[in-house]
Amino acid sequence: MKRPQILTRAMAVTVATLCAASASADPDEDSLTINGEIEIMTEAAAPAHLDDVDTIYSGWRFRSDETQSMQMDDFDNPAMIFVEAAAEAWDQVEGTEGKSCGTCHDDVDNMRGVRAVYPKWSETAGEVRTLEHQINDCRENQMGADSWNYTGGDMAAMVGLISSVSRGLPVNVAIDGPAQSTWEMGKELYYTRTGQLELSCANCHEDSYGLMIRADHLSQGQINGFPTYRLKNTKLNSVHGRFKGCVRDTRAETYKPGSTEFIALELYVASRGNGLSVEGPSVRN
Amino acid sequence: MKSATGLAIAAMIAATAAWSDVIKPDEVVFVDGAVEASLSGVSGDPVVGAELMNKGSGNCIACHQVSALSHLPFHGEIGPPLDGVADRWSQAELRGIVANAKIMFEDSMMPSFYRVDGFIRLGDAYTGKAHSDGEVQPLLTAQQVEDVVAYLNTLKEE
Ligand code: HEC
Ligand code: HEC
Ligand code: HEC
Repeated sequence: MKRPQILTRAMAVTVATLCAASASADPDEDSLTINGEIEIMTEAAAPAHLDDVDTIYSGWRFRSDETQSMQMDDFDNPAMIFVEAAAEAWDQVEGTEGKSCGTCHDDVDNMRGVRAVYPKWSETAGEVRTLEHQINDCRENQMGADSWNYTGGDMAAMVGLISSVSRGLPVNVAIDGPAQSTWEMGKELYYTRTGQLELSCANCHEDSYGLMIRADHLSQGQINGFPTYRLKNTKLNSVHGRFKGCVRDTRAETYKPGSTEFIALELYVASRGNGLSVEGPSVRN
Repeated sequence: MKSATGLAIAAMIAATAAWSDVIKPDEVVFVDGAVEASLSGVSGDPVVGAELMNKGSGNCIACHQVSALSHLPFHGEIGPPLDGVADRWSQAELRGIVANAKIMFEDSMMPSFYRVDGFIRLGDAYTGKAHSDGEVQPLLTAQQVEDVVAYLNTLKEE
């Protein structure tokens, strides 16, 4: 704690401010309407539980114009091929009970609003469940079918289909009542500095969003756009798959997709996006 | 022949001397965040240091801009630009910052490059798997810290 340090800190702050003010660093000013009709809120006032952030932004606002434009029309959105396959799977009879998703849930449009409130406390299960868990529960216990791999292609596509019918609705996960202890566990994980690089989610996505880290323009790490079609791996990526990658990049031992820790983290991260529109399946780099 | 052998022996002696002079990560003495003694006992090579700024476990330009390295793509903005950094900090201070920046800058986002304990869920490099029970290697070796510090020392503007 000596004088040069304070100087440096002040300089670091100045640099951050300058960068944040320049066009390349800030979330851009573009607005998103999908298919000319679905208005997406890519920016909103931060939910009350967030102390250190005033405005929340979708990751879409930090991507290049080219990547952004792919999401503005379903014909250009490569994720939609997977969604179409899932629409067929929706009516596919599978398992010992001779049923399809459609047998019980009828049209997938009935799922409108569901994505926006997950992860959600399940009264029957007595725990917070992700959409993936709920889907596998239906497959195993309602259809008598095999469960899907948590981060596998079938699952990501089905989550994409269910998300797609909620696009435009505000994310609104409950964090109180029976979900509260899970939410608190997620918050704790969000601020824990892991691995040999000792970085927390907050270090990158709360303290440094808008800045470049090597070639990447840091967003707030929101999950309203999931599943995401990534140009990098040309497939649909699940929330827990993304979390795993980010934890791994801190040179840490990751948690498992579907684990208690990642469910809690998903609930917490989702709640940081309460107020943004459901946007999945989105396009990212 | 004779002189070549002589050289080889001299090199061996130098290497042995260097080895025994290495200060282990848990033996580094910080005074106000600075480290006076060379960690390897040998002076650093700024050319090797420049490479470490871009690559491997160094990768300093992931977070810092360095004009002298502008031929390399994608400099990050998480930390301050390092131009003129040797005007602002002494060699001992730079060594301390590179070895363990969290002593000079409390809670810094900058990784501790020469530290081997106190990590949460330490992984096996970038595999996502747990680190084995084996010895933890610091992000940079003692000599690599010296090489990076030698490079930083060339970043003068005044
Ligand atoms: C035999 C009937 C049946 C089948 C077949 C079925 N489900 Fe369900 N599903 C249910 C019931 C009943 C619930 C409510 C469960 C609860 O509240 O515990 C439900 C709940 C859900 C929910 C959560 C809805 C909400 O509002 O929270 C989703 C998502 C869902 N199912 C997806 C699917 C998918 C995808 C398939 C096909 C892979 C499928 N279900 C097959 C009966 C079925
Ligand atoms: C070293 C910095 C770093 C850390 C630490 C980090 N991330 Fe990321 N994360 C990135 C980068 C870089 C990207 C890709 C660009 C972007 O969207 O920010 C990213 C992307 C994401 C995305 C995708 C956002 C989108 O719109 O597609 C999510 C979600 C995310 N991170 C969550 C997390 C969570 C949760 C943690 C903590 C477990 C975490 N990240 C830790 C660097 C980091
Ligand atoms: C994850 C981002 C990150 C990485 C990687 C990183 N630094 Fe830093 N560095 C910072 C931050 C942030 C600061 C500002 C100090 C603080 O935390 O207040 C800083 C400060 C410094 C300073 C003091 C700068 C000044 O002008 O006062 C030096 C020198 C430095 N870093 C060198 C390096 C070197 C050399 C490497 C690679 C071996 C490196 N850094 C890697 C984030 C990083």
